[in-house]
Amino acid sequence: MSEQQVYEPRIVAFLCKWCSSAGSDLAGVSRIQYPPNATPITVPCTGAISPMYIMSAFNKGADGVLVSGCHIGDCHYIEGNFLARRKMKLIMELIEFIGVEPNRFRMSWVSAAEGAKFAQVITDFVDDLKPLGPQDKLKKAELT
Amino acid sequence: MTKKRTGVFVCHCGTNIAATVDVAKVAREMSGEDTVAFTKEYVYMCSEPGQESVVQAIKDNKLDSIVVTCCSPNLHEKTFRDNAKRAGINNFTCEIANIREQCSWVHSDKAKGTEKAIKISRSVVRRVNRNQSLDTIAVSVTRRAMVIGGGVAGIQAALDIANAGVEVVLVEKQATIGGRMLQLSETFPTLDCSQCVLSPKMVEVKRHPKVKLMTYSEVQEVTGSVGNFRVKILKKPTFVDPDKCKLCDDCTAVCPVVVPNEYEINLTTRRAIYIPYAQSIPASYTLDESTCLGLNPVVCGKCKDVCEAEAINYDMRPETVTEDVGAIVVATGFDLYDQANMQELGGGKIEDVLDGLQFERLCSASGATQGHILRPSDHKEPKNVVFIQCVGSRDPAKHCAYCSKICCMYTAKHAQLYKHHVPDGRAYVFYIDIRSGGKGYEEFVQRTMEDNDTLYLRGRVSKLYRHDGKVRVLGTDTLSGQNVEIDADMVVLALAMVPSKGTTEIAKVLKIGRDKDGFLAEAHPKLRPVESVTGGIYLAGAAQAPKDIPETVAQAGAAAAKVIALLSQATLSRSPLIAKVRRSHCTGCGMCVDACPFIAIRLENGKAVVNEALCEGCGSCAATCLRAAIDVKNVTQLQIYEMIEACLTV
Ligand SMILES: Cc1cc2nc3c(=O)[nH]c(=O)nc-3n(C[C@H](O)[C@H](O)[C@H](O)COP(=O)(O)OP(=O)(O)OC[C@H]3O[C@@H](n4cnc5c(N)ncnc54)[C@H](O)[C@@H]3O)c2cc1C
Ligand code: SF4
Ligand code: SF4
Repeated sequence: MSEQQVYEPRIVAFLCKWCSSAGSDLAGVSRIQYPPNATPITVPCTGAISPMYIMSAFNKGADGVLVSGCHIGDCHYIEGNFLARRKMKLIMELIEFIGVEPNRFRMSWVSAAEGAKFAQVITDFVDDLKPLGPQDKLKKAELT
Repeated sequence: MTKKRTGVFVCHCGTNIAATVDVAKVAREMSGEDTVAFTKEYVYMCSEPGQESVVQAIKDNKLDSIVVTCCSPNLHEKTFRDNAKRAGINNFTCEIANIREQCSWVHSDKAKGTEKAIKISRSVVRRVNRNQSLDTIAVSVTRRAMVIGGGVAGIQAALDIANAGVEVVLVEKQATIGGRMLQLSETFPTLDCSQCVLSPKMVEVKRHPKVKLMTYSEVQEVTGSVGNFRVKILKKPTFVDPDKCKLCDDCTAVCPVVVPNEYEINLTTRRAIYIPYAQSIPASYTLDESTCLGLNPVVCGKCKDVCEAEAINYDMRPETVTEDVGAIVVATGFDLYDQANMQELGGGKIEDVLDGLQFERLCSASGATQGHILRPSDHKEPKNVVFIQCVGSRDPAKHCAYCSKICCMYTAKHAQLYKHHVPDGRAYVFYIDIRSGGKGYEEFVQRTMEDNDTLYLRGRVSKLYRHDGKVRVLGTDTLSGQNVEIDADMVVLALAMVPSKGTTEIAKVLKIGRDKDGFLAEAHPKLRPVESVTGGIYLAGAAQAPKDIPETVAQAGAAAAKVIALLSQATLSRSPLIAKVRRSHCTGCGMCVDACPFIAIRLENGKAVVNEALCEGCGSCAATCLRAAIDVKNVTQLQIYEMIEACLTV
């Protein structure tokens, strides 16, 4: 594959503060390397992630969006990740309906102890997004 | 909204950040942001001169908000918020951009790392642009504590807290406190009798006026947060009134039910009505409902008939007790790794292959054999015993990856005890290597080898099987390179220490994390070793990681000190990052009311109203409201949209 063909996807990663963001910190402390394509935004809980955030990220040109939270049953706020899971299911159906590859959206459960898993989630996501190339179905034509 | 004057402080963290992120470029890019009035980079922002320069810069440049781009907010958010306050601005106008753990440490390509660091920093600058000045919310503190688990860790923590004048509820799920230490015979490195050290502490905790002891009880539900927890405890019925029970033992003589005795690790049997040990606290018998013939005079009723003290009451029922406490210490201890997992070593099915705790019971004067080391199959004195270390430990492929830390020491102790009991016996120890860090520990192991004539063989055991009334041990001695075959009278396995059964459940109830091996997770491996990630919940003992008694007691003392420090405050401050309703946008649809896990929202005159005392700031409401009428302060939807944009701008 020539160099131009290797597309570097741009990812927005929503991480919950208690589990996945702490997990990403552990990946850092353990110096586990992963691709730099995902920029993290830490939110209190995956339950706080409005479906609009995900659509907004795609609108603004994200090639992939990740939502990562505590394992089901481990939510710091009792049931936030249950709510998130329900909402994210809808998002998946919606983007597929619009014609965006469903693979561009991903949800994962990464606990504060799973630094290696966090790195793996990002690595896998980047690998899966590369062949898809840029996302322009939902990207607004002009963005300032 | 008047335009913000934000200062951006970029830390090099020595070379931790600067090696893979072009810090000068990050600062330059940030100075191009509309709201940024000042930027600075410095080698160690968290050092004293670094912090001073932040304070000075805020004053000199009339900054109203700051972003520090450095390590994880878990480390220095508080540091820099305190600095903001010192400089005279609101601490909630300070935010951290994590460009170390989430960037410089995980990416080696400097150009790409820098690009990502810029995106992260820019998104935080945009967020701060809309941060409000907020005041923490003061909440009162319940000046009582709870300790869960009555092993040596829990007993020590409870005593230390109680001796500071704070009331403690000590909850133990078994019929006696004491935990594993009560099962040990003598303890390394001094070989003092375990019960003699522990029993006085058990009595003290039972008699202490500030301690409420609840045995045979389990924590079922915990609500609230630091300073004000409400705990529901299930108190199981013992069917014996401890105040009336005279410990005469008449009941066990007549009880027809015989079951394996779990307190003696199944080396002996007990009756359905029993006392775990002679030293049990509370000193009372317990009737085990699950094995009793029916708690019914028609079916059996022998114990009740014979009990002259009239202590037995078949009508006792489980009780749910609610306790309000400000802080909790979790000391739920450990179990041994299940022998069934060790197929090559017989999977727990070979006679005369024991685990370490069973061996302790054989040595213990109050144990199954009154302190005589007799092998279970024929009650004869074993003339040669093989001890195997690291069983299930240090084996990431098949079993536990970690070192259980104490097995080298207790195996040395076991070999010594064996030699003291059976001077003409032969002791062999299979080991991978000896880890004897600790005061007096190395000398202790040397004594085992030299004065007690124990043969240490370096290597693993590949197979155990029954052969001619003995246990055949096949192993290798890697130092001589030879295969070793021993026909042993008895084999003792130093099984790995694992979190006690029920740790998963209690961690869920308390909403505290566990580490990759299932032990309770500390908030920071170096700086906060006795705190859980949840405020007001502390950890002690082997529940947090394998450890011996001295370390357990030290950690219990540390956890108690943390509890005392917390509860000595008149009020605690609660995060003000909670939900707020924009009344003009709210239509009173009630969607947020249903979404809130904390029942913190109600409808009043057709508008949503947030109860500030209950809201935890999770944001579920904000993500549900279709009209953007409810938001968490300083994490508003508008802020997130702007952060998203910053993450995608190059
Ligand atoms: C074979 C062997 C020999 C040893 N010899 C020595 C020695 O010689 N010297 C030494 O220093 N150390 C020794 N140790 C280590 C020692 O046993 C531990 O350090 C010590 O017991 C740890 O105490 P703890 O209180 O943390 O846990 P534990 O002793 O396990 O106590 C935990 C307590 O919590 C209770 N509990 C669990 N879950 C709940 C719940 N959900 N609710 C309420 N209660 C709960 C349990 O019933 C138990 O009473 C030995 C260990 C073994 C296995
Ligand atoms: S602020 Fe964080 S990144 Fe900077 S020097 Fe201190 S520890 Fe290192
Ligand atoms: S009633 Fe139950 S505990 Fe009492 S003697 Fe009969 S079987 Fe044993």
